[in-house]
Amino acid sequence: MNPVVPITDSYRSGPDDSGHFGIFGGRFVAETLMPLILEVNQAWQQYRNDENYLADIKYYAEHYVGRPSPLYFAKRLTEHLDGAKIYFKRDELNHTGSHKINNTLGQILLARRMKKHRIIAETGAGQHGVAAATVCALFDLPCVVYMGETDIERQAPNVFRMKLLGTEVVPVTSGTATLKDAMNEALRDWVANVEDTFYIIGTCAGPHPYPEMVREFQSIIGRETRDQIMQYENRLPDVLVACIGGGSNSIGLFHPFLDESSVQIIGVEAGGLGIDTGQHAASLTGGQPGVLHGNRTYLLQNADGQIRDAYSISAGLDYPGIGPEHSWLHEQGRIEYVSVTDQEALEAFQVCCRTEGIIPALEPSHALAHVIKIAPTMSRDQIIVMNMCGRGDKDVFAVAEALGETL
Amino acid sequence: MTERLETRFEALKKEGRAGLVTFITAGDPNPETSLEILNGLPGAGADIIELGMPFSDPMADGPAIQLSSQRALNNGASMIRTLDMVNSFRERDDATPIILMGYFNPIYRYGPQRFLDDAISIGVDGLIIVDLPPEEDDELCHACLTAGLNWIRLTTPASDNNRISSVLRNSSGFVYHVAITGITGTRSAEIGELEATVKRIRTQTSLPIAVGFGVRSQSQVRDIGRFADAVVVGSALVNTVKSALEKKLTKRQIASKVHDFVTELATGLR
Ligand SMILES: Cc1ncc(COP(=O)(O)O)c(C=O)c1O
Repeated sequence: MNPVVPITDSYRSGPDDSGHFGIFGGRFVAETLMPLILEVNQAWQQYRNDENYLADIKYYAEHYVGRPSPLYFAKRLTEHLDGAKIYFKRDELNHTGSHKINNTLGQILLARRMKKHRIIAETGAGQHGVAAATVCALFDLPCVVYMGETDIERQAPNVFRMKLLGTEVVPVTSGTATLKDAMNEALRDWVANVEDTFYIIGTCAGPHPYPEMVREFQSIIGRETRDQIMQYENRLPDVLVACIGGGSNSIGLFHPFLDESSVQIIGVEAGGLGIDTGQHAASLTGGQPGVLHGNRTYLLQNADGQIRDAYSISAGLDYPGIGPEHSWLHEQGRIEYVSVTDQEALEAFQVCCRTEGIIPALEPSHALAHVIKIAPTMSRDQIIVMNMCGRGDKDVFAVAEALGETL
Repeated sequence: MTERLETRFEALKKEGRAGLVTFITAGDPNPETSLEILNGLPGAGADIIELGMPFSDPMADGPAIQLSSQRALNNGASMIRTLDMVNSFRERDDATPIILMGYFNPIYRYGPQRFLDDAISIGVDGLIIVDLPPEEDDELCHACLTAGLNWIRLTTPASDNNRISSVLRNSSGFVYHVAITGITGTRSAEIGELEATVKRIRTQTSLPIAVGFGVRSQSQVRDIGRFADAVVVGSALVNTVKSALEKKLTKRQIASKVHDFVTELATGLR
């Protein structure tokens, strides 16, 4: 897929063979987990360019997920902001309502080739859990999803969706009972079920090869965007914007453009109640490098190296880490990382509903809040592409509560 | 290399018995009680001490050790306090080997070289850093061995001979064989299979082999002690702390509960 070039010549050539993006990434896992990681890597290297495997992914992406997703010119929003032309990459129109299925599809087709008969996954907002449960129903594999007890309460509709799809949702009460603990618990399940289980990680984090593998599955977003914008505008966009939880939808949009120096790239982290309150999920803006969940990356942590809990109104951005490739791109200065507060995201959410008739998820509402800040400062012939990575049906209860309405 | 481990394993060999390795979490349930527990372990029958450095996200551990980490952190545990604890222990016991066990991030934040310097100077004998496999030896392993501290690694039922040889490279002190596929404190191993695996590892190393994960009773300790050089008990000990706390026992009483249990386990090896 990627040409093998030394990492210094291109922003697109990482990771190296041991999974490092500069000092970030790697395989920081217990020996109990190592044989599993090595087995996944071997299968991934074997199949990543396999014609039959890629044809399989393409078939389901087209016929089941509904790809390609449209690149849509948001005319009314553009007029409303009176600046740069705004396009939405509409991955919220995918089956299951977010970009997450691009990844679960790629991983389950790999798991099948590895003859694994049982799937596990972690989830925060439940979008990845639903996407995993969906492909497990499709391919008739039993699925167990680990979900923090706190998240189970605030994402009840997704929990029920997973159950309808035949998945067992296991509440996680350890630690802070949120996404990071769900990931710990999934890893514990995995080491106890070495023989038959495949772990579908939901974002571009975790031990090598997950960050690379997830990026490759999500890069379909950026590759389609490139073709579509060339077709509509006959040139590359000036700015790309996407929200960042673990960083998978954003790296998917960004990666095919990393070596285009004319394209400015902005990742938007969840600023929660504001970075200075400490109540946020902005690992790059408010964290330091550390080691968690199998990789070195920026983490929210205290001075003693204990992981701090993240906070965001958006459950999908509520993770104290970020994929290692983002940490590297941040230190390289290739991507600019900014943050947006709960309040700003809520306002953007409402603007989008009323100007475009699209109810966005709270996650891309963060990206949109940044677009709303920068579009008016740009000229009318400039182009912004924003990743509309999820739809907001799952969030209407949270938004109602935040706006003080009772349903 | 610090010599306490080697000396201890030689002495055990002369006595013709396997050693008991006890795991407790530093600062569990609070600094004072934890120190009292630690100080009494050798007298109760522990031959080697593993001291857990608490971490918020112990991904290779089961509920018992997770909870013990959480109790310790809730009551102010930190890297400095863990090292202080070893320091006070060493003032009264200069023979019992102490291994620090934990995850890399707290060490990474503390500063790897500063950590090694401090660990050596207060009399730590070795490290088990769960999330640093051979693939990440540049992070701490090489510097640790250069500094003269033992670097102890895990083998598992899933390690084939190739993997065992990568694990053994740059290992010292002893080999920690994980008896089950899974996390600490859950299932127990089938003894026949376990013995066969330990035999297989022996063909590849002359280091002593300790066996742990899922060991919780005197009879298990006795059975495993017949073919291993040491037996590790962890979750069962921190569970003793937990139930003593639930009964609202005093510091002294909690420590004696743990020590009594250690004595019971140690009897299985004598
Ligand atoms: C719609 C949506 N967007 C974004 C995210 C954040 O994940 P990532 O940064 O990996 O895209 C999630 C996670 O649940 C999500 O559901």
